[in-house]
Amino acid sequence: MKIASVIACAALALGASAVASADEFTKEDLARWQEQFDGVVKEGRALWTDAKLGKNGVVCAQCHPNAANTHPETYPKFQKQLGKVANFWEMVNWCIRNPLEGDELAADDPKMTALLTYATWERRGVKLEPGKH
Amino acid sequence: MDIKYDRRSFIKTSTVSVGAAALPLTMVELAFAKPSDNFTFAYISDSHIQQIKGTQFVRNWDRGLIRAVAETNLLTPKPDFIMYGGDLAQMGSKPELDHGAEILSKLNGKVYHVMGEHDYYLDLGEYWSKLFGKQYYSFNHKGVHFVVLNSILTYDEWTFNRWPSAEQRMAEMAGLDNPNGSPFMVGDQQREWLKKDLAKVKKDTPIVVFSHSPLQKIYKGWNFWTEDAEQVQALLAPFDKVTVFYGHVHQIQYNQIGNIAFTSAMATAWPWPYPQSYAQAQQLLPKLTVQMNRADPFFERDATGWQFIDVNSGRASATFNLYNNTTRTVAFDPQAGHPKDQTYQDEDKRISPQMHY
Repeated sequence: MKIASVIACAALALGASAVASADEFTKEDLARWQEQFDGVVKEGRALWTDAKLGKNGVVCAQCHPNAANTHPETYPKFQKQLGKVANFWEMVNWCIRNPLEGDELAADDPKMTALLTYATWERRGVKLEPGKH
Repeated sequence: MDIKYDRRSFIKTSTVSVGAAALPLTMVELAFAKPSDNFTFAYISDSHIQQIKGTQFVRNWDRGLIRAVAETNLLTPKPDFIMYGGDLAQMGSKPELDHGAEILSKLNGKVYHVMGEHDYYLDLGEYWSKLFGKQYYSFNHKGVHFVVLNSILTYDEWTFNRWPSAEQRMAEMAGLDNPNGSPFMVGDQQREWLKKDLAKVKKDTPIVVFSHSPLQKIYKGWNFWTEDAEQVQALLAPFDKVTVFYGHVHQIQYNQIGNIAFTSAMATAWPWPYPQSYAQAQQLLPKLTVQMNRADPFFERDATGWQFIDVNSGRASATFNLYNNTTRTVAFDPQAGHPKDQTYQDEDKRISPQMHY
């Protein structure tokens, strides 16, 4: 908040036309957001092939090349093995605990965000079908 | 493990669920004029034994191979031999190959070996050859000419000049979806050898070829691919009955190209998605293939398994012994001129878990 208001004041003081309304963004904004997103995809791919994510050296990509067969577009869905409607991240944690024999991540752990971002990016263009089996 | 339970469940699933398609082997053999010429062999592949450190190995992959070995030993009638289809190790190391060889040593019977890329790219097959012998060879068995090829070679520049260390070379090839990998090939030297080897064989002799990678082009992105597949196929074209078995793909695939029937092997370690389920790439799965059920990740061994092959009159029938799923049999149909799944081939016989996306 503090930083934002400082920037806003600075912009006002300069009389810059770049003071954006809430619903406007510039090419520079888009470029920065894309760069941030791409960085997280890249980080996710690195984790997808990282023998240190779990504890036995097994990596996500061993069973899921290009994150195939992860079906992010089908979540949330009823997961019969868990007996409830589950989110994609819960299944990622299931894999970390079982085939990777590792410790699960918090839902908002930046590593989890990166893994989910990578898998979803590999599935881009596929229509959302929550609940699908 | 409880061997008695496994044996019972295997017999139960193979007779009940597949019905007439999976008659006990002895009965299948009776259907032919010269039963003495018919035989079976077991086919185990892709175990990916993976070292954690020291004497610790990934338990999941160990269990897959241990189970395949135990069940193969229970086959009745006893298979004439066992073919191991490659990728015994994950990172090609001596401890992994030794550990895998030790598990395989429990098999009753002669074992032949095929080289996989995970066995090869650390030391270019040196230790594997010490354990298992030649990387390509042929032999005759009951009137069938068997050929084993090392199909996972690649361009010399990639193998010899690109990587700073043998470990990195192995790691780069080990990642199925790694764009730094390189397409597999049989290569000039082996194709020359194959030409000479086949020159001595009569055209009506059934030929069965084993390779690790498919000797057909399915999806280059995951190396479901052999760069010189057409050239190898051309050498096999003059023969009446040719069957190619391959591993690497960790899933059921079958196809017919000209005179050549192709059948893949399941992995004992883990299943792979079918290539078309990767949304960002176009590839063609052989249209004959009825896909195996989508795996339930909560069953550690689901969509993994091993197979036994029944060779009748020089044609092969492959029975896929899936651990947590219905057994499937894919047999060459002489009238159709290609392999067919004995239960699910017709569109209206297929079931929803076979739809991959």
